[in-house]
Amino acid sequence: MRTRLTVAAALFAAASLTAQTRGVTFDRILHGDREPQNWLSYSGTLMNQRYSGLTQITPANVKNLQLAWIWQAKSLEKFEATPLVVDGVMYTVEAPNNIVALDAATGRPFWTFAYTPAPEGRPCCGKVNRGVSILGDTLYMETIDAHLLAVDAKSGQKIWDTVVAKAAERYSMTASPLIIRDKVIVGVGGGDAPIRGSIAAFDAKTGKELWRFYTIPGPGEPGNETWTGESWKTGGVGVWNAGAYDPETNLVYFGTGNPAPDWDGSTRLGDNLYSDSVLALDPDTGTLKWHYQFTPHDELDYDSTQVPVLADIQVNGRPRKVMLWANRNGVMYCLDRVTGEFITGKPFVKVNWMDGFDAKGRPHRVKFPTKEGTLIYPHVHGGTNWAPPSFSPKTNLFYVASWENSATTAIEGQFPKAASANNRQTAMGQTNLVPFFNNDDEPFGVVRAFDPATLEKKWEFRMDDITWGGTFVTATDIVFSGGREGYFLALDGKTGQLLWKAPVGGQINAGAMSYAVNGKQYVAIAAGNSLFAYALP
Amino acid sequence: MRTTTIGFSILLAALWATAPRARVLAQHETASDLLDGERAFKQNCANCHGPDGDQIQGIDLGRGHFRRPMTDADLVGIIRNGIPNTAMPASAAMTVAQAQQIVAYLRSRAATSAVASVTGDAARGRAIVTGKGECTSCHRVDGSGSRVGPDLSSIGAQRQAAELQRALIDPNADVQPQNRFYRVTLKDGSTVEGRLLGHDTFNLQMLDTKEQLRSFNKSDIRSGTFLPSPMPSYRSTLTPQELADVVTYLSSLRNR
Repeated sequence: MRTRLTVAAALFAAASLTAQTRGVTFDRILHGDREPQNWLSYSGTLMNQRYSGLTQITPANVKNLQLAWIWQAKSLEKFEATPLVVDGVMYTVEAPNNIVALDAATGRPFWTFAYTPAPEGRPCCGKVNRGVSILGDTLYMETIDAHLLAVDAKSGQKIWDTVVAKAAERYSMTASPLIIRDKVIVGVGGGDAPIRGSIAAFDAKTGKELWRFYTIPGPGEPGNETWTGESWKTGGVGVWNAGAYDPETNLVYFGTGNPAPDWDGSTRLGDNLYSDSVLALDPDTGTLKWHYQFTPHDELDYDSTQVPVLADIQVNGRPRKVMLWANRNGVMYCLDRVTGEFITGKPFVKVNWMDGFDAKGRPHRVKFPTKEGTLIYPHVHGGTNWAPPSFSPKTNLFYVASWENSATTAIEGQFPKAASANNRQTAMGQTNLVPFFNNDDEPFGVVRAFDPATLEKKWEFRMDDITWGGTFVTATDIVFSGGREGYFLALDGKTGQLLWKAPVGGQINAGAMSYAVNGKQYVAIAAGNSLFAYALP
Repeated sequence: MRTTTIGFSILLAALWATAPRARVLAQHETASDLLDGERAFKQNCANCHGPDGDQIQGIDLGRGHFRRPMTDADLVGIIRNGIPNTAMPASAAMTVAQAQQIVAYLRSRAATSAVASVTGDAARGRAIVTGKGECTSCHRVDGSGSRVGPDLSSIGAQRQAAELQRALIDPNADVQPQNRFYRVTLKDGSTVEGRLLGHDTFNLQMLDTKEQLRSFNKSDIRSGTFLPSPMPSYRSTLTPQELADVVTYLSSLRNR
């Protein structure tokens, strides 16, 4: 027995050494599920399932989880980053744009790369960052002043710095970049401001721009006719969350933001392509292969910048390569990710702005903002927002943290105001815990599990306060989540039953992840201004 | 005449929680400026500050309530330059004129709010609050009175006169979420009532009617319910003049 353990340890050490010497290749990123001790991209793999194959922590022993370490950021901004772990080293971002390398077993820092964004860098909703990406021994980070940086993963020294867009013109970047072979692909945000969003690819070695796809078509391009006058020039449609990649179709997928101005569509009549859409692009050329628009002519700020989740499932008895999408507009979608075909869609929270779809999946809109005010569900902050969902190929369930019953009194040209006495009921996420007063009729947060083919709800775990946190699921069927209340939760992935909770003393505005060092599994979550790692004793 | 003078004085005082040292656009803004300012506010500020400018704790832009005294020039500077090491960003792309329009819009909102102020006698109002009205049996003013209801020491900076009047006449019409009363019934059958300070999935906090801070594990609670405001209506117990006096007094409370 002892010999077997020793041999296993030697093999593990040899494998780790080999891995360390070759760095993080694209093949390793693509097959991140083959090395569950690491977390090599924002959602674990480029399928974005946020699923860990580690099995040490189980529903039976999760109650024994203990705090392994805390790392406190010197930042008052929201901590939205999901860390990477590469062979025992953790990389995360201290908001807005400092990269930190930590010992993943102890939380002790190796180095910090400090970056001071230009003062013009001013994203609408916090100076945040959702994490770095890695290729080889180089880390890549988007910055709030719209730069893309390459930083040496061993030394923390800057390799190159490319200006992607002008911060003074309100452009910003906050997501984890998408690594495809030798390219770093990023979205350019700032969409609440009068920008023109884009997705761009850069040479991973040099930082040279290789292609750029504008999310608003220019004159002469298909889709430009969906904007009146000159509105296309400043129509927003930022891209500010992580993309996905399917190697079989060789397509990258990004969600796009709302058209600008947000809640007054009178100056931009038409569908406003490609706002509130998912775009499928050829990563080699940036050519658009297909698109699906979730909310044509949006006047309610329903960004579709959620993380695309790719899954291979059975639909009506036959295998389908699908994309699952719980949208800010309150509707959940199952799309064919090869063709963009609309397979099915269904509200996952209370929705009244639409009452169905046509044959091609275009929503039938029934509520419109008026000067008198129109009660619209969901609220401007959405049924969910940017936080990452998860999918388990084992339970075949799609897990989404969302807000229920968030109403908006939409008034044309004005900030959509929440209904009911407590109009702060779906306030933006912050770092510290805040008193929460809602009654049963007012919005609440909830983690729900859905059948990905039928989009039927299978279970839910209701919280009092709303949530800006994501979900994460393990191969042992544990769903980790949390929200503004500041509890890190472990739920039974099959039933939703609460298995364990830890008060973390600050709001959870991120998705959890898992990794292992020296055979020990950890679960990490950012909350408040700190990063927490838990493990079994 | 005396009443009018006091009313005018209150009106002036109500215009700003803190007396402005300099006004940039005060006498010059046009209706168009205000509309442009409103538009710019909605586009640039409302996402964080909320549609009424009151979504950030301690700041109520629509009522001129800031964390420290602000001149118009101060505000223009903050809008354009932000506040370092806070969530308030710089807006270098915004011109001085645009920032001035936002300030003018906010000033006009606060002024409009204050116009609703009624004439009355603050001294008489104070006597009613501490005497006949028995307000301090639930409310606290400048360190005196109960903590069970909201502290009124700075209520004049937080509420418009019309809102104060409505609260006196119809206390349940618009109870702020943080002021709602709640009753928990514990599994042992005992009940506790008080002002709800907050709740989450697992716990609940309140200030009970004996001014004790209480925290409950929800697993110990059999049921919980929001209660109507315990504040009585003064519609029939105070005369219109007495109501005006109380509103005038409350409007003058701006201690913090």
